[in-house]
Amino acid sequence: MNIPFLVNMLAFVFSLFVVGAILGAAFSRTEVGSRVIAQARQKLRVLMFGWEFPPFNSGGLGVACLGLTRSLANKDLDLVFVMPKRLPGPVPFAKIVSAQIDQTQTEDGRTITYSVTDYSINSPVTPYVSSEVYANSKDGLRFEDGTPVYGTDLVSEARRYAKLGGAIAKREPHDLIYAHDWLSFGAGKEAKRISRKPLIAHVHSTEFDRTGGDGIDQRIYDLERAGMHAADRVVAVSGRTKQAVVDRYAIPEEKVRVVWNGIDKTTAPAPDPASPKRLSSLKKAGYKLVLFLGRITIQKGPDYFIRAARRVVDRDKNVLFILAGSGDMERQMMHLAASLGIADKVLFPGFLRGHDQHEAYALADLFVMPSVSEPFGLAALEAMRVGTPVIVSKQSGVAEAIPSALKVDFWDVEKMADLMLSVLESPALREELSRKGVAEAAGLTWDRSAEEIRSLIDGLTLRAA
Amino acid sequence: MASICIYLQIHQPYRLKHYRVFDVGNDSEYFNDAGESDLNNGRILRKVAEKSYLPTALLLLRMLEEHPGFRVSLSLSGIVVKQLERDAPEVLELFKRMVATGRVEILGETYYHSLAFFYSLPEFERQVAKHRELIARVFGVEPRVFRNTELSYRNDLGTWADAQGYAGVITEGWDAILGWRSPNFVYRPKGASQARLLLKNYRFSDDIAFRFSSRAWGEWPLTVEKFGQWVAAAEGDTINLFMDFETFGEHQWRETGIFDFLEHLPRELSKNPRIDFKTPSEVIAAYEPKDEVDIPHILTWADTDRDLTAWVGNDLQRSAIEKLYGLETGVLASSDTKLVEDWRRLQTSDHFYYMCTKWSADGDVHAYFSPYASPYEAFTSYMSALVDLEVRLRRGEAVSP
Repeated sequence: MNIPFLVNMLAFVFSLFVVGAILGAAFSRTEVGSRVIAQARQKLRVLMFGWEFPPFNSGGLGVACLGLTRSLANKDLDLVFVMPKRLPGPVPFAKIVSAQIDQTQTEDGRTITYSVTDYSINSPVTPYVSSEVYANSKDGLRFEDGTPVYGTDLVSEARRYAKLGGAIAKREPHDLIYAHDWLSFGAGKEAKRISRKPLIAHVHSTEFDRTGGDGIDQRIYDLERAGMHAADRVVAVSGRTKQAVVDRYAIPEEKVRVVWNGIDKTTAPAPDPASPKRLSSLKKAGYKLVLFLGRITIQKGPDYFIRAARRVVDRDKNVLFILAGSGDMERQMMHLAASLGIADKVLFPGFLRGHDQHEAYALADLFVMPSVSEPFGLAALEAMRVGTPVIVSKQSGVAEAIPSALKVDFWDVEKMADLMLSVLESPALREELSRKGVAEAAGLTWDRSAEEIRSLIDGLTLRAA
Repeated sequence: MASICIYLQIHQPYRLKHYRVFDVGNDSEYFNDAGESDLNNGRILRKVAEKSYLPTALLLLRMLEEHPGFRVSLSLSGIVVKQLERDAPEVLELFKRMVATGRVEILGETYYHSLAFFYSLPEFERQVAKHRELIARVFGVEPRVFRNTELSYRNDLGTWADAQGYAGVITEGWDAILGWRSPNFVYRPKGASQARLLLKNYRFSDDIAFRFSSRAWGEWPLTVEKFGQWVAAAEGDTINLFMDFETFGEHQWRETGIFDFLEHLPRELSKNPRIDFKTPSEVIAAYEPKDEVDIPHILTWADTDRDLTAWVGNDLQRSAIEKLYGLETGVLASSDTKLVEDWRRLQTSDHFYYMCTKWSADGDVHAYFSPYASPYEAFTSYMSALVDLEVRLRRGEAVSP
């Protein structure tokens, strides 16, 4: 029988799959397992616990994991990326990987299946939503037959994942443990208990961000807090997030490092010049397009966007607002636009991916990210990268990293509307913001983020040695 | 003497395909879904024709042949006639043969099955005129009795029909407007001189249209004998059975026995010498009006509210329809026939019905009649299409001097 040992031993519903991520510049997925294994023993070995990994991801966490691990792999590290569950993908590419990796065995002869999985999803709902919303969501990650990928209760899934952490730590030799967000913190903490290696907890978002500060899930907060306290170092994606880690989770300031997220062609492929530019028809007809792109949830502030839109429309009837994404507030936002009398000015294209998403970023005249509480806000960088001016809320982490961008308090819809109109009415300002935005985004690479993490790892492993 | 007056509604909208923001300005074919979904209009029409239109029309023709006293009346939207011409011409031929018997009356309505009366009287009149022309061309007859979309009615519709020379108007016989009075009489619309009001007997109509196959209903199974007894016992001059033509074979499947019920109805009812069949015009000619009925607020035949809230009850629906009629001046001034036609097809009441959120957040109650996954999906497609209409208007303005 070729059944993974852990499945039998632990009798958990979900089986263990380790994603050997990462490679050099060519990033050929077929090489995944073999190179990781072949080069394993000479390098510093990092055992990384995550929850999602593109293309099977739902939001920024998976994107950040891809960007970071890809760049870290270029920094003379051997990375093993662990996911709690194998996600069977219907695409050919997943099969290629599995076939090659089925031969991989650990030292004691047990089979470990390495798999990078591919699965396209409809919705950005997962680790970035509260557990309750997740449970109630009809749009969660689902297999083709409709069964949820991670079950209905994220907290219990995270706890089960945590129990596996120790077993994995015994089987995967490593020098350092790295865990992404609360869903993986338990696993990282358990691994550390077994191997006594240093642990880094990377905070991509906190429960306070996800809930907009309203009605946090105490169980999740406890998992976050325990993970951060058990860690030797905490990485926060922004100064804003660091402040939350210190203030709300009582972590000593000196234990927390700020490492901004990045953007490069790994996580945001450059738009294909041949890709369609369908939205340009609207622009040729005289409309200016203002884009919101993100989950339509309380955290992202879509309601402030629509209220600002109302004010803009009063001044300029030629502006259309595109509210792209899905989420539990989508229907409410349609009613809000209708009740404000601008149902014909706010268009809802749903969740955008691939070409559609690139096109929206590239052809919008303005991108607005009015988040109520945003640990970082990669979407702003995606827009800037393709030359689209952005307005971000002061309550978003990315604001620290992009000096040229326009900033506004999320609640100040009057100011937000003024800024929108300024950008839309002034080609010179648009040009200026576009130029500076491209330059600033270009400086924020994943390699830069990985470099900072690498030096953090060096510091910890030297000390441990 | 009591008369049975049966009128059956035939209508199919041009359903709007999933129309995306990315289609705006690039694709102005709103109604050409050609896939396997329920947005493929030709596919739906052929399905309904097979299940309902063909077998029912054949049966009605035979009934007309076998029972010289049998009468039935039809109302067809203009857009269903056009779709039948294209996708099921054999059905239209059967309808023509029915009308040729002289015992099938065709009612007047709006060509686009719209709510234009309540939003733009000039547009409403244009659509009624367009419908008259079509009915004259296809059936060689002129409607004498008017029925507005979804039996919607208000006093001013009665006076409008009166001024236009119609013999009468049809609407719902709803208790709230009738009070102690029975729907089984002819009435006068408030303010009308000649025109009469015929009111649907919704209890008997719904026994057939909605409850026929319901095993939870105490009277199930409904037989022609039982129905004949009820009708014989009912007071009044006329029992108006108004329902969708699709009741036969579509809403009530063949397996429910609905065709047998229909087939045996004339024979069973004609056993009683006090009962006959009449068309709406014949009812109006035969019976004196008993009273005047005052309907100051919009009445329809839908839901328990019997108003327009199924179509324009929420802010999404109101935004959509107000935007639509807000484009009227520009659209008509464009003299772009395709643009005008698309704008009118978007007036069909079904589009707004699909956006109804009345009973639950998911609009479950209306789900049976909606090809969209949710009212919100219907709304986003519709609003994007309206923006495309605007883009076309702008382009037209840019071209013309």
